[in-house]
Amino acid sequence: MQSYLYFPGCTLRSVAKDFDSSAKACARALGFELKEMQGWLCCGAVYTNVPDNLMTQSGPNRILARARTEGNTLVTLCAGCYNVLKRTDLHAQSNSSKQEQINSFNEEAFAGDVSVLHFLEILRDRIGFSAIKDSVKKPLQGLPVGAYYGCLLLRPSLEMKLDDPHRPSIIENLLASIGCTPVDYSLRTECCGSYLSVDSPENVEPLSKNIVQSARSSGAKVLAVSCPLCKYNLELVQSRDTEPIPVVYFTQLLGLALGLEPEQLELTARQLEAIRGNTQTIVASVSQQ
Amino acid sequence: MKRVGVFVCHCGLNIAGTVNVNEVVAEAKRDSEVVCAIDHKYLCSEPGQALIKDSIKQHKLDAVVVAACSPAMHEITFKKATQSAGLNRYQCEIANIREQASWVHDDSKKATEKANTILHQSIEKVKLNESLDPITVPVTRRVLVIGGGVAGIRAALDVANSGYQVYLVEKSGTIGGRMAQLSETFPTLDCSTCILGPLMVEAYRHPNIKLLRLSKVEEVRGYIGNFKVRVRQEPMYVDEANCNSCGECTKVCPAEVSNEFDCGLTWRKAIYIPFAQAVPPAYVLDSKSCLGLLPEACGECKKACDKYGTACINLNARPQIHELEVGGIISATGYDLYDAAKLSEYGYGSYPDVMTSLEFERMLSASGPTSGLIKRPSDGRIPRQVVFIQCAGQREPETALPYCSKICCMYTARHAMMFHHKVPDGQAYVFYMDIRAGGKGYEEFVKRCQEEGGVLYLRGRVAKVYEDNGGLVVKGVDTLSGRLVQIPADLVVLAVGMIPNAGSKELANILKTALDQNGFFSEAHPKLRPLESATAGIFLAGAGQSPKDIPETVAQASGAASKALNLLSSPTLEREPTIAEINDELCSGCGICISQCPYDALSLDPETKLAQVSEAVCEGCGTCVASCPSGALSARNLTDKQILAMIQTAVA
Repeated sequence: MQSYLYFPGCTLRSVAKDFDSSAKACARALGFELKEMQGWLCCGAVYTNVPDNLMTQSGPNRILARARTEGNTLVTLCAGCYNVLKRTDLHAQSNSSKQEQINSFNEEAFAGDVSVLHFLEILRDRIGFSAIKDSVKKPLQGLPVGAYYGCLLLRPSLEMKLDDPHRPSIIENLLASIGCTPVDYSLRTECCGSYLSVDSPENVEPLSKNIVQSARSSGAKVLAVSCPLCKYNLELVQSRDTEPIPVVYFTQLLGLALGLEPEQLELTARQLEAIRGNTQTIVASVSQQ
Repeated sequence: MKRVGVFVCHCGLNIAGTVNVNEVVAEAKRDSEVVCAIDHKYLCSEPGQALIKDSIKQHKLDAVVVAACSPAMHEITFKKATQSAGLNRYQCEIANIREQASWVHDDSKKATEKANTILHQSIEKVKLNESLDPITVPVTRRVLVIGGGVAGIRAALDVANSGYQVYLVEKSGTIGGRMAQLSETFPTLDCSTCILGPLMVEAYRHPNIKLLRLSKVEEVRGYIGNFKVRVRQEPMYVDEANCNSCGECTKVCPAEVSNEFDCGLTWRKAIYIPFAQAVPPAYVLDSKSCLGLLPEACGECKKACDKYGTACINLNARPQIHELEVGGIISATGYDLYDAAKLSEYGYGSYPDVMTSLEFERMLSASGPTSGLIKRPSDGRIPRQVVFIQCAGQREPETALPYCSKICCMYTARHAMMFHHKVPDGQAYVFYMDIRAGGKGYEEFVKRCQEEGGVLYLRGRVAKVYEDNGGLVVKGVDTLSGRLVQIPADLVVLAVGMIPNAGSKELANILKTALDQNGFFSEAHPKLRPLESATAGIFLAGAGQSPKDIPETVAQASGAASKALNLLSSPTLEREPTIAEINDELCSGCGICISQCPYDALSLDPETKLAQVSEAVCEGCGTCVASCPSGALSARNLTDKQILAMIQTAVA
């Protein structure tokens, strides 16, 4: 079985265990394995924009240096970790004097030759959406899902190069391959407010509210994300709504379509109800059995 | 042994600021053949040149080396000075100690050492220089103008009015170019077609201008003064001399395609007239859109023309090849627009109410798709809130165009003002980075638009255009108030940048001339030779060389025409004699050099079966010299012996 070295990150071991377990289950169902790297630590969560604060770069450089001993590809799930690690690798490749300083501080020098991939890239580039379509057992036929990208998956676009930063399609293409009807809504690449929810939630609220509103008015019944913090913010601003739109990880939808059990994917009853209530074929295929 | 004189220029502090000129002079004197070495603050000045002339006479010099700036700057100046003192001009060499030493090095000591080396090399070379005479070639006194926009028309008229014959080659069915698409022009708000129309007619009727429309330059051979050009003309299905523009053919044509003149906002038939004022005033059959000509699939247009019109359609017409002989070529190929769909943040292509400025221009035009009314494409409603986005995809070196297209500030101001005239209760917003309104009456015009038109100018960029509740929202930043702004917009207009015409690259290959990093035609010198390409005899006009507005385009066209006339003014012209020559004793006639020559200057003599150089064609590049297996070829005044002497000096 093809195996990819995998960096889970802190959040996937705490509040986002469902992301971790659903992705691993999907991988197995698609014939590959996520092999957790040895001795990983926190990536730092944010790639610093302060050019002279090199301490924050120490952690991610250590991670990549350690990953390098096990292989030259590292797969991530959390959009935040993906952003930090990919940019750290690019910075290391620049061979600047700053990188020398970082390397002189760390035990393991790192020169930037780890290909940091998001799980979505494995699905798109290694497995292929058409192969995924062929593996679907229970298509989520017609389920109107709004893909929410946020910032970190796509930007800065010249570094991330995952997709068009303004009109991305990677999650939509995945969703379409498992039978969903992707909902195109305007604010799917806007910022949710990110970690400002820690100390100034009043700034997060309008941002995240607008995103949910934009998705809702375009007809989305479920939101699919790839970042635990986005999920947290989008759920937080709906906590008092009578009919909140469930926010799930794209891996949970993929898992359902691949025929995995909802318990294995850690979907809540409410989420499952929303998914099933808006899907045409799951009910039909169950009744056929 | 020669008597060599060395002259070292300070160029103010340009050279003397870094290179120790006194040391260079002293070093030059160490060469036994150098009989005088002198420095001067500005050798290119009149006293500087006089110094060279006097020294040649006083010291009875046989050769001169001027250590100064690049030969591209003043080689001719110093060669002329040498010649006027009675010495052959090819006994003068330039040692470039400015661009290649003082300007590019900080360390004075090292720069001085390098200057010494460069100077010694030039001294070694000049010692072996031969005296040469220029080559005289006859000039074909006709001009080819490529492109029938306002630049090509102006250039053609200027040459034709001076009494010389002009071929005007235009790829489409009419002349007029981009300017014909414009509604008004800034800053005077003149009707564009009204001022262009008379020029188009004048060019078409001019006895000295032969218009070749639907035509493309396929091959250019020869050299300055003697170009041989092959032009392919698409089949002329409609006889323009007999067509009376009755339009019967269009009425019956069943094939409809997008109308490029209206930027795709309307449709046209396969047989059509490009626009009402097209010149020549004749219909054009677009064979690509026609249902079929070979074999004939429909033929309705011909039937209609034979029955109701002047029987001027011949569906069996064939393409024609024209072999032209001209002395000079003016390239006036114009511009295209950057593809707005590449700027995904603005949603062009996804949202029908996001359009380019040229599309907006067509809407403003009385002959345009909406007869001059401003209507939004999605539902035909008159927009109340219009947002203009300047610099769309421009000044973005990382993701789009790095440069400024120069005209967008002005036409956007005009568009905003025209919108105000046509929709007085509407509101126009303009997002800008800077307002670049340099030009006669330009700044005043922008002010007038802002004040009279009530246009709100917001200094900042737009992050995103998105759809919200069925309408568009423009989200951007106003950097003057430091606030994010979100403007609900009925229509968004993108001022996308100018890019070189799609055919520029192909044409540059045919003309054997260079394009710059952005694909525009390169001028020979950005300041001193802006009208000429680097290839002798090929001149540049209009936006094909760089983005520019109409007055600048017309001025450059007249300038290029005068350069071409300059060339035609004499029946012969002189060419540099520093070209390849063949030693017949050594040549075996293998022909390797012929295949290497980029200028087709070499051939085999049919009688002797040995290679021969066409003196009039050879550019002296030296490729053949390097390729000759028997060493039969040499470049005059750049022989192997000279190169070896220079290398020996450099590595000594």
